[in-house]
Amino acid sequence: MTTTWLERRRSRIDDVAAGRSLGAEAFRRLRREPAAIVGAIIIGLFVVVAAFAPLLAPHDGGQAFPQLQENLRPGNIPGPQEGFPLGSDQLGRDFFSRMILASQQTLLVGVLATLIGLVFGVVIGTVAGAFGGWVDTVLMRVTDVLLAIPSLLLAISVAALAASPSQTTVIIAVSIVSVPIFARLLRGAMLAQRNSDHVVAATALGVKRPAVVLRHMLPNSIGPVIVQATLTLATAILDAAALSFLGLGDADPGRAEWGLMLAQAQTYLDVRPALAFYPALAIILVALGFTLLGESLREAIDPKGRR
Amino acid sequence: MRSAVRRFSAACVAGALAITLAACAESQRDPGSEQGGADGTGGTMVFGAAGAPRSFDPLFAQDGETFRVSRQIYDTLITYKQGTSELEPALATSWTPSPDGTEWTFTLREGVKFHDGSDFNAEAVCFNFNRWFNLPTAAAQSQAIYYYETFGGYANNLTEDTTDPVYNSCQAPNPTTAVVKLNRAKGAFPAAFGLTSLSISSPTALQQYNADEVTQSGESFSYSAYANEHPTGTGPFRFESYDRTNQTITLVRNDQYWGQPAKLDRLIFRVIPDENARKQELQSGTIDGFDFPSAADWPALEEAGHQVLVRPVFNILYLGINQQKKPSANPAMQDVRVRQAIAHAIDRESLVRTQFPEGAVVASQFIPETVAGYNPDLQPIPYDPERARALLAEAGASNLTVDFYYPTEVSRPYMPNPTNIFTAIAENLRQVGITVNPVAQPWNGGYLDSVQVNGVHDLHLLGWTGDYNDAGNFLGSFFGSAGAEFGLTPDSPIIAGINQADATVGEEPHAAAYRDVNELIMDQLPGVPLSSSPPAIVVRQGVSGLIPSPLTDERFLTVSVD
Amino acid sequence: MMLRFVVRRLLQVIPTLLLLSIVVFAWLRSLPGGPATALLGDRATPERIAELNRVMGLDQPIWVQYGRFLGRVATGDFGTSSITGQPVLDEIGRALPATIELSLAALVIAVGLGIPLGYVAARYRGRPLDVVTVIGTLVGVAVPVFFLGYVLKDVFAVDLGWFPPSGRQSVAVDATNVTGFAVLDGILTREFDASFDALRHLVLPSLALATIPLAVIVRITRASVLDVLGSDFVRTANSKGLAPSTIRGRHVLRNALLPVSTTIGLQVGLLLAGAVLTERVFVWGGVGTLLADAITLRDYPRLQAVLLLGALIYVLVNLLVDLSYAIIDPRVRLS
Repeated sequence: MTTTWLERRRSRIDDVAAGRSLGAEAFRRLRREPAAIVGAIIIGLFVVVAAFAPLLAPHDGGQAFPQLQENLRPGNIPGPQEGFPLGSDQLGRDFFSRMILASQQTLLVGVLATLIGLVFGVVIGTVAGAFGGWVDTVLMRVTDVLLAIPSLLLAISVAALAASPSQTTVIIAVSIVSVPIFARLLRGAMLAQRNSDHVVAATALGVKRPAVVLRHMLPNSIGPVIVQATLTLATAILDAAALSFLGLGDADPGRAEWGLMLAQAQTYLDVRPALAFYPALAIILVALGFTLLGESLREAIDPKGRR
Repeated sequence: MRSAVRRFSAACVAGALAITLAACAESQRDPGSEQGGADGTGGTMVFGAAGAPRSFDPLFAQDGETFRVSRQIYDTLITYKQGTSELEPALATSWTPSPDGTEWTFTLREGVKFHDGSDFNAEAVCFNFNRWFNLPTAAAQSQAIYYYETFGGYANNLTEDTTDPVYNSCQAPNPTTAVVKLNRAKGAFPAAFGLTSLSISSPTALQQYNADEVTQSGESFSYSAYANEHPTGTGPFRFESYDRTNQTITLVRNDQYWGQPAKLDRLIFRVIPDENARKQELQSGTIDGFDFPSAADWPALEEAGHQVLVRPVFNILYLGINQQKKPSANPAMQDVRVRQAIAHAIDRESLVRTQFPEGAVVASQFIPETVAGYNPDLQPIPYDPERARALLAEAGASNLTVDFYYPTEVSRPYMPNPTNIFTAIAENLRQVGITVNPVAQPWNGGYLDSVQVNGVHDLHLLGWTGDYNDAGNFLGSFFGSAGAEFGLTPDSPIIAGINQADATVGEEPHAAAYRDVNELIMDQLPGVPLSSSPPAIVVRQGVSGLIPSPLTDERFLTVSVD
Repeated sequence: MMLRFVVRRLLQVIPTLLLLSIVVFAWLRSLPGGPATALLGDRATPERIAELNRVMGLDQPIWVQYGRFLGRVATGDFGTSSITGQPVLDEIGRALPATIELSLAALVIAVGLGIPLGYVAARYRGRPLDVVTVIGTLVGVAVPVFFLGYVLKDVFAVDLGWFPPSGRQSVAVDATNVTGFAVLDGILTREFDASFDALRHLVLPSLALATIPLAVIVRITRASVLDVLGSDFVRTANSKGLAPSTIRGRHVLRNALLPVSTTIGLQVGLLLAGAVLTERVFVWGGVGTLLADAITLRDYPRLQAVLLLGALIYVLVNLLVDLSYAIIDPRVRLS
């Protein structure tokens, strides 16, 4: 499926003179797509909130407040009141501030995990695609094995290996899952270009191999990678939440993070369901936003490939 | 709040699915109510257990799930009066020690029969004691955890590190008298004779089903046919079956029981490891009760008409402080002022009020109030962040950083929600200027190794539920030897004090010795006792006769369902 | 030639599994904690843990342990669980039908609902029905399974009482165990009430498990139908004046289902992964539960057996797929 998709893409790359005009064309299409707009709005809001979280949050996320703790019992968590628009959490902290601060951690985990996966995937994919031969065979065998393991299982296995789970282990576990996907994707794109005209021409002109790879092949392969990265952000956030649920999440429960908050709210589903619903809604919305944006991007870049 | 759940779900679940569901399930509620005999007795009770028993031979176990089932099948010589930790006759109607505490004479109940029809008598008692003492393989010896802790060793010690055995011999001068001779006195007796691990089994069945055949295979053990399928005791229920596919254990009433027979016809334990799932099963009426409901759910469960039976407090949760952290000791922890500062920094009143169920109390020492040896003169260390900062400054530890370990994937009766407890304490410490480096580890996946074996922590959370009413059962297991957990040195006065108190014979001198030890411990402050809290057990309306036990050793003998 | 191909592929399986067993073995032993602490509980002393490790042979160098393990596996002995003391193969034998039953039910739901929904969405492209379906699939993928499971139970088991909240069979139903597949067993033994009971238990967990594959299948079907609807031969058929129902049935659906069938195959792996979470929420005694318990309790023998047998099954299924391709499509060379 990838190759046919890429073949079509390559032929169009040949048609369109430079990557920029393709981007412009895609952007024009994107602006007319309601799904893309909705996705962009969600992501935009999310990023803004995350960026200014410490300013937006009225209180310190870790501090317990006496006025909230006063009536706090395991079976009674105070609801909204003056100064605390969403009420208390299970420890007498301001739930509203924590929801806002959590956006930062969630974004951080999602972006870092995706970036790490992207970097390793791109390196492996580039090397495999640029050199071919036994390098390609070995690298692809390894990615095949990783791909064969269902992604969540792989993340769980990696996270379980850590002597003690932490934010770093979550990021690593989640990023490893996306490495083979990026690697495969990039390798396919590179292979497709190896014999394309501009690469052949550049090689004939005596441009050195690394330069050909970096300057000619890589930039032309980056489109699908960006699409994939957008989609990976969604799964990364969801996978991180699942790890938290299984007790493999961040070790610092003082830190606000939606997946962690949702996991910890399990105990209070009957007492104060809001503690679970708001983080769950936030996760769903953000994942939805990235998916919408990613899918529309894919369609915009390649309107024929509806998949 | 219920309606919030419903509204949200309605939004979540696509309408199409709901229609399909409704179409295929216009059905009756689960037939959970076919139980209950018309005459007011009999019937079946289904109890939701949190885990599967390891086997049905309590000798080779230390976990509550194995013990819960075993207690219904077996009897011990002495038992604990239901709802208390007081001793009461069981298979032995009376027991008397020799003046030096090394010889125990048991007068046995007459006319008791094992489930296989064989007679219970002094020979059978001695058979059991000799069986324990003569366990034939290293695998069996290493698995008899409570026996080893109580009796210290075997006739032929096959494992390293075993101490001299406490047990000497057992004689049966007549069918109703058994005399157990010990090599030395131990404060744990007579209470320890009631340990579920020391249940009396039928000698016939033990032999017939090769009970001692705990074999090591590869990296694990396999238990005997006795332990797996043929447990045979004298208890109010007989073992019928264990459906391993559905994880249900079925026991049936023993009509030949020596006391008042059980009211229930059948007692079924269903393993439901997920806490929320247990709650939902009870709410749906598919089980009649379950153990350890989360304190958060107590009000809701009661509101729904269920009975939340709260056990008397008999546990302790503490914050441990490691004075000899490995690889490099944190010298600050060796300064008693720093340890006092940590104690003053923690707002235990708030912690207990907001995170523990009603009935929980702030602990003033490392044993709960009802244990003999409790020192009423000791007061809980007050919450005083100013004092904590001053003490830290005085000790030159104002920039203290600590590795604070806490467990995940676990909930203990004394520690209902480790994450919350950790978070609250960590925030308290942060407020007095201590930098906390949080380290979470799964209970079995590294936590116990880290804090008990490797000692790589500065602070940690741990606790204990008493097996019987003896201060040594608490203090001895915390501070009885120099270990990695607190980093006590072998010459610590605490260790000496505990050993001396344990060997002190006579009820009052024994307790007095432990009162002194408690004071010494609170002076030295090897840790901060946090709380004693009551775990609960919940049953639906219509279940009666279940008496919550401080030792969590409920017996279903007296239970009936409507 | 066929035979030689099969033999050669089978021979390749052995080094793959050997390599994998080394990876699994090393992975397990580098996990923090161990079975001794799990067996000894709260008040394990360092001495007791060391003792138990010695008795279990876990104090030996890892290659010695591995050698012993290989020796036992060669004789078909995967050992006993270090937690329950039961033979691991028996445990897997009990758990496997449960997982297969659950996954199959989820697959039936995903395919049975997904294809019609996807088709309808495509036919009414851009209309409200389509929009709702597409948004539904996007949300479906984004809802964490454990959360969805809880909500399903709370609504349909606790509040409405239509289905039991968890487990595979009611305690009250006395079912006979023949194959381990609860629904099938009821039919085989003519205990239809047991079958019905098992079915009722199956509904909620399989729904929760089916969400993600359902969403994926809807999307693929929709896209694929749209592709075919816009293709030349449909236009030709239209212009030939064929009845729309004939076109839809004979041309569109059949052609559109080809890529869908590939996707369904891919979903099976995802189902098995999702089963780990779903089984936990619904207390479903399958392989997922076995695996999760084994990880928390550091049950080495059980983990080794589950992972290696899983790999073996995976490799064999792949071999079968390759073979079937070769049989269906003569252009594929067996090389």
